[in-house]
Amino acid sequence: MNKGSKKTLTKLIIAVPLMFAFGFALVPLYDVFCEVTGLNGKVFQSEHTESLVIDDGRSISLQFISTNNENMPWTFQPSKEVMKIETGKYHTATFFVKNTTNKKMVAQAVPSVAPSNAAAHLKKLECFCFEQQELLPGEEATLPVKLLVSNELPSNIKNIILSYTIFDITDYNDESLAHHETGME
Amino acid sequence: MSAVIENHHEDHHHGPAKGITRWLYTTNHKDIGTLYLWFSFAMFLIGGAMAMVIRAELFQPGMQIVEPEFYNQMITLHGLIMIFGGVMPAFVGLANWLVPMMIGAPDMALPRMNNLSFWILPFAFFILLSSLFMEGGAPNFGWTFYAPLSTTYAPPSVTFFIFSVHIMGASSIMGAINVVVTIMNMRAPGVGLMKMPLFVWSWLITAYLLIAVMPVLAGAVTMMLMDIHFGTSFFNAAGGGDPVLFQHIFWFFGHPEVYIMILPAFGIVSHIIETFSRKQLFGYSSMVWAMLSIAILSFVVWAHHMFTVGLPLAAEIFFMWATMLIAVPTGVKVFNWVATMFRGSITFETPMLFALAFVVLFTIGGLSGLMLAIVPADFQYHDTYFVVAHFHYVLVPGAIFSIMAAVYYWIPKWTGNMYDERLGKLHFWLSFTGVNVTFFPQHFIGLAGMPRRYPDYALQFADWNMVSSVGAFLFGFSQLLFLFIVLKTVMGGKKATAQVWEGAKGLEWSVASPAPYHTFSTPPKID
Repeated sequence: MNKGSKKTLTKLIIAVPLMFAFGFALVPLYDVFCEVTGLNGKVFQSEHTESLVIDDGRSISLQFISTNNENMPWTFQPSKEVMKIETGKYHTATFFVKNTTNKKMVAQAVPSVAPSNAAAHLKKLECFCFEQQELLPGEEATLPVKLLVSNELPSNIKNIILSYTIFDITDYNDESLAHHETGME
Repeated sequence: MSAVIENHHEDHHHGPAKGITRWLYTTNHKDIGTLYLWFSFAMFLIGGAMAMVIRAELFQPGMQIVEPEFYNQMITLHGLIMIFGGVMPAFVGLANWLVPMMIGAPDMALPRMNNLSFWILPFAFFILLSSLFMEGGAPNFGWTFYAPLSTTYAPPSVTFFIFSVHIMGASSIMGAINVVVTIMNMRAPGVGLMKMPLFVWSWLITAYLLIAVMPVLAGAVTMMLMDIHFGTSFFNAAGGGDPVLFQHIFWFFGHPEVYIMILPAFGIVSHIIETFSRKQLFGYSSMVWAMLSIAILSFVVWAHHMFTVGLPLAAEIFFMWATMLIAVPTGVKVFNWVATMFRGSITFETPMLFALAFVVLFTIGGLSGLMLAIVPADFQYHDTYFVVAHFHYVLVPGAIFSIMAAVYYWIPKWTGNMYDERLGKLHFWLSFTGVNVTFFPQHFIGLAGMPRRYPDYALQFADWNMVSSVGAFLFGFSQLLFLFIVLKTVMGGKKATAQVWEGAKGLEWSVASPAPYHTFSTPPKID
């Protein structure tokens, strides 16, 4: 093989792992892109730095949607489906949840906000989605979310939808949790 | 094949080894090209048999022949085998045979890697096909293997699928590296970059695309593997991941992949139209620039496959315009081909017929692609048979017709024998009719709302589906005629001259037919 070929070959062989790594780099890049643009309705937690002046607050409606991921048998619903709220003020909403099975289960709720450009303005001070929920068979709970919609919310947005999807994340291999083969409802 | 082997042996004192080891240990670019071409033909027939199962099931509404689960496995394997086993290895085979001869090089730059990149392929497809016999069946999530269908809800055989995709990727990357190193360093003196035959140019660009995106595909399947077995959550929303991320990564690979399967076809068709028009190709440098711009644009259009995932308006508008922009260089190519034929003294031998059908039918596929690029229209067309019609028009009478054209055009050089022109023309007309009867009606049922990937359909789609199935059987069985023609040509036939075609230009036509086992051991003189 001549010298030129060796040089080309070396360059190309370096390019391959770089492109492989680029594939993985797309994962954080995707999140960064969503964060910068506020796309995807993802809510990113950031310190609330702006002063909490409430004089230019306005009234908007906040709607709640709850969805069960496939195979998730729990009852999961908002206590109130719509709330009238003031921007720049803290509000607390609650969700009702019940483990309808006869085994101990662990759940995780994942939030999403629509329209997506409202996501950056919805700040959650406290949310059940920050942690996992472990419920005994038949146990019920009322889960709170404390939130604020900042005054910076674009004025054309009058209605925000906060949706939660609840996932079953029970580790069925874990012996401390009850056995597996139980009925759904 | 034995007739060819003996012919070669007469010609040259340093001929190929005898028996099976010739093929196992070979580092000769012509042998490896032949292996690739036969392998892709075998895969084409297997993938085609699966298409026959699909069209037989869709012949009438209702469930007739297979179970829905098996139907899903058929559509998945049909797509994977045709793309990774049929079209891509066929182009690599053509590159192996032709690139060294076209640039006046004695062989590929990395002959042993060439052997390795071919011989891992049969294992990849053995693994993939063996999943049909595993518990839970073969992969059933479509060739695009979207998460979570391919992760959370996948059959256990998905791990074998991932491994086989890794092997296919490794094979493609090695093949591509070989092509780039060969073209960049082994051109005979006088063959400047802008003097290279267009097939060589098209493969140089294709190889760069392969090196850029096949590792990304490997990354995507690796993430799947980690999600399935190692508890990560790249694509699992419950763990903080995002299934839409999978689609972004997949199509970042997938769209350049589409051009990987068409650029070499552009090169082939340019040669054939030039030869049979007996004129110089119109607009050589604009052809090169058009291919380069298509390749670059292919990296910024991927989300047009994802218009319905809930992209923001700005992104949809960007991807719509970027996609439509591709029509400009593609249009340049089509007009150049037409201008090449203008006032040429054209004859219609089989390669020319396939090349002409390519130009017309690929343009139809391109136009339906433009329709799909329109965001509001795509909301309607997405995941319907209109999409199926579109990509089959660019892949079957596009990529596959160009491969068949190439085989008819260069087989006299490979075997030293002319193919049977009458049978070749018959094969063309059967294929041409079959392809259009199969896929044209799918535009209609797609626009009427028939979704893709289902084993059953509503009654109003019954008539066109039956027509489509009849066309598919015609197309499928006429490929057995192709096999017969190729075998007959390999066995014997009218002896071919060195130039073979009256209007043929290029270094590969300056060596004897069949091409001796070693060509251009000393670089040719270029005037």
